[in-house]
Amino acid sequence: MSGVSLTCTSLSCALRHGLAAAFVAAFLLTGLVSASSAVQPDEVLSDPALEARAEAISRDIRCVVCQSKSIDESDADIAHELRVMVREQLKAGATDDQVRAYLVARYGDFVLLKPPFKAKTALIWTGPFLLLLGAGIGIYLYYCRAKRVEAAPLSAAEEARLKDLLKPGEGHLDGGDKEDGYTPGPYLGGDVT
Amino acid sequence: MRRLLFVLPLIVLAALTAIFVLGLNPNRDPHEIDSPLIGKPVASFTAPALADGQPGIADSDFLTGAYKGQVVAINFFASWCVPCRAEHPLLKKLSAEAGIPVLGLAWKDKKEALQGFLGELGNPYDRVGTDENGRIGIVGFGITGVPETFIIDKQGIIRDRIPGPLSDDLIETQLLPLIKDLQK
Repeated sequence: MSGVSLTCTSLSCALRHGLAAAFVAAFLLTGLVSASSAVQPDEVLSDPALEARAEAISRDIRCVVCQSKSIDESDADIAHELRVMVREQLKAGATDDQVRAYLVARYGDFVLLKPPFKAKTALIWTGPFLLLLGAGIGIYLYYCRAKRVEAAPLSAAEEARLKDLLKPGEGHLDGGDKEDGYTPGPYLGGDVT
Repeated sequence: MRRLLFVLPLIVLAALTAIFVLGLNPNRDPHEIDSPLIGKPVASFTAPALADGQPGIADSDFLTGAYKGQVVAINFFASWCVPCRAEHPLLKKLSAEAGIPVLGLAWKDKKEALQGFLGELGNPYDRVGTDENGRIGIVGFGITGVPETFIIDKQGIIRDRIPGPLSDDLIETQLLPLIKDLQK
């Protein structure tokens, strides 16, 4: 698009490109806004290392009310409580895994945006690869079989028909050949030639 | 093989349709997630009483205290919660028909607002405890909002969790049979 705008001379063209640029900017901005964290200033821990861990954990914890957001992004009251709880636990010296386990004990695996690999979730994790593998095997077999099948030799009747068709000057449009059971369709019969 | 290739898109379409139809089911509640706390003993908590001189609610009440050996319901509510208003009359019904005490835990609410709420709509609760910062609800019961109702058995173990407001149908088809079973 920038290549085109370089050669842009008329006013309407310039306007169009200006508009396009504005749209792109708006898109980028909304992206930035929606990715921003909902953490309130009073929640932030004074220790930057601990705060970074808290934010990393929060990004993978599902907000139990607005289920498609993480607690880091959600403005919900309960997300705020969970963020504060995560920070309290970290301050008390819990490891990242202990904090997660603490939340899972109350809200189940559902609270993790990345479900753990278990018998129940095995299909979620392996499904795409299984599909890919299945498709690969399918395609491989399809082409193997296509290569292996050799053309069957023509039968006597087919041989005769072929010879007939190849006879110079005698196409099959002139009335058909009743002998091999071939009957011309409505378009081919009659006085076409 | 080739026939299978033709049928495959139809199978995929049928599977997707089935998933979408199930997803559109108006009776499906996306908030209904199995709580890992079901089957576990009530966590330790102490909820201060709503008014001075009244008893609050604590986990010890279920094992050794006033509700020892009884099936009870715990209802998380708040005066600011609209579905709680709708649910309110049903709590009395649950208590009367099941013959169990219903305990109210006021989640993230102020005492004055609660007194106004219960004064206006009546008090169906055997006891009311306050959970002003919401920690009892979140840490002890893993609630996702209010109202939420829990059924606690005679041994103080959580047996059921109902997120969202109760309904006549839910009380009759789910809670009463369960409570009857637990009371045996």
